Amino acid sequence: MSTQAPLLAVANLTMRFGGLTAVSALSFQARSGEITAVIGPNGAGKTTVFNCITGFYRPTSGGLTLTRPDGVQLALQSLPGHRIARTAKVARTFQNIRLFAGMTVLENLMVAQHNMMMPTVIGGLLAVFGLGSYRSKQRVAIDRARHWLNEIGLLNRADDPAGALPYGAQRRLEIARAMCTGPVLLCLDEPAAGLNPRESDELSDLLMRIRGDGCSLLLIEHDMGVVMRISDHVVVLDHGKKISDGTPTEVRNDPKVIAAYLGEGDEDEETPAGAEAAA
Amino acid sequence: MAYALQQIINGVTLGMIYGLIAVGYTMVYGIIGMINFAHGDIFMIGAFLSLMGLTVLSALGITSVPLALAITLILACGIAALYGWTVERIAYRPLRGSFRLAPLISAIGMSIVLQNFVQVSQGARDLNLMPLIPGGFKVMEQDGFVVQLSWMQVMISVTTLVMLAIFTWLVTKTSLGRSMRACEQDIKMATLLGIDTDRTISLTFVIGAALATVAGMMFLLYYGSINFYIGFSAGVKAFTAAVLGGIGSLPGAVLGGLAIGLIESLWSGYASVPYKDVAAFSVLAIVLIFMPSGLLGRADIEKV
Repeated sequence: MSTQAPLLAVANLTMRFGGLTAVSALSFQARSGEITAVIGPNGAGKTTVFNCITGFYRPTSGGLTLTRPDGVQLALQSLPGHRIARTAKVARTFQNIRLFAGMTVLENLMVAQHNMMMPTVIGGLLAVFGLGSYRSKQRVAIDRARHWLNEIGLLNRADDPAGALPYGAQRRLEIARAMCTGPVLLCLDEPAAGLNPRESDELSDLLMRIRGDGCSLLLIEHDMGVVMRISDHVVVLDHGKKISDGTPTEVRNDPKVIAAYLGEGDEDEETPAGAEAAA
Repeated sequence: MAYALQQIINGVTLGMIYGLIAVGYTMVYGIIGMINFAHGDIFMIGAFLSLMGLTVLSALGITSVPLALAITLILACGIAALYGWTVERIAYRPLRGSFRLAPLISAIGMSIVLQNFVQVSQGARDLNLMPLIPGGFKVMEQDGFVVQLSWMQVMISVTTLVMLAIFTWLVTKTSLGRSMRACEQDIKMATLLGIDTDRTISLTFVIGAALATVAGMMFLLYYGSINFYIGFSAGVKAFTAAVLGGIGSLPGAVLGGLAIGLIESLWSGYASVPYKDVAAFSVLAIVLIFMPSGLLGRADIEKV
């Protein structure tokens, strides 16, 4: 791997909720141009890590340093919410679908490009009167939206309400919407949840294409088939602590990982089976 | 027949004014889920600013009525928008994230502050304006009853429709409108997409205040007399209109405004003037019993 600073460096991240420690002294790195998967049994603290990265939670202690491709370093834990997407260029999706169901598919993708279209209030006011560079920016935004609609195969549904799409299409649209913010790091929280095998294959392909376009990914996923196939690097959490960190093959053969998945009687039945299938 | 037509004309004019104010209520409710009780008072301030503007301009020797109206409208909208922005900034934003009733109480407080501010600075008596746009034309005549449509009524309707058209375009077609709708549906997700939600909310108040000012100016021109208390009654009516149309729905607010205006005017024409408010609120009660989310409101369907 390259010697440059990692895209995202999580250092000694601790998150406590009252007496409960959800994440404890966690450190890992997500390198630029890679797909990093965060896995672990339910309740391991994966989503909490995501919530810290994307500004939903303020970590109790520790640091989250993002290094943009232009070399600017940002401490994510001290950025206001909208700056995470705007300045740090981190985008995310959720376990449950959070599309703007009442808006059309295209509008969902246009909303994500608001900042590029109206960076300032003055620009916004000018745009109201049809002045400034709003028109050309709008055209660029529509082109970008069209590009992603094409990628996710929803070009012909651009003007339908997002809420009317089938489940799998809504999942893909969420990813496309996150990509429309122009991120350097895309955080996906269980993107394959609820997808059938064909849809999760399509998802894997989409994620590989996104990586190919230069966006790095951080992925929480229970579908081990997807994780093992596309990840460059896997971080395993259990009870808020990192128990393993390495390539998919290394992690799969780590006895601590096998113990965490098999030993605790977790309800994740499909996970070990999936891991073996991928092997 | 002719009499009914006259009442309908009057009702529509009144309804337009209510509708413009109601849009402000419904917009703020949609985006942050609170009733901005100070909105009626922004309308009142808009009316006072218009009166001041027209007085100053005539003192400056601007005699062209359309020019004076246009300058006044722009200035009054700008200043009232500043009021709307300030109210949100000092009374609501610090309370964001606290329990639901806190901003509501703060809104009632803000309403009292604005009313008293105007009462103290402008006096409590009625202030009058000479009719600026006299005349009108005869629509029809039947059995000696002449149906009049005044130029004022035409102007109110046209101005309102133009404002609503601009506003609809803003909400449906522009990036600002899209981010407003996004905040309305899922404010946290909007933040994650990089939308500055505080700024979007501020702009919502600014736009609402500008529309209320247009309504205030129309009210001033139509009735020719204003005082510090007009914001309360008009505000309550417009709020009723917003609820009747389905709070959160923009076309609903306009429809509700027209409905309240028509009910008031027809009731005044055929039944009794003192009971017109009773009629309006009774209709609200009946509609809400049978359609709890209002005429055009979306029912909250929770997926389980």
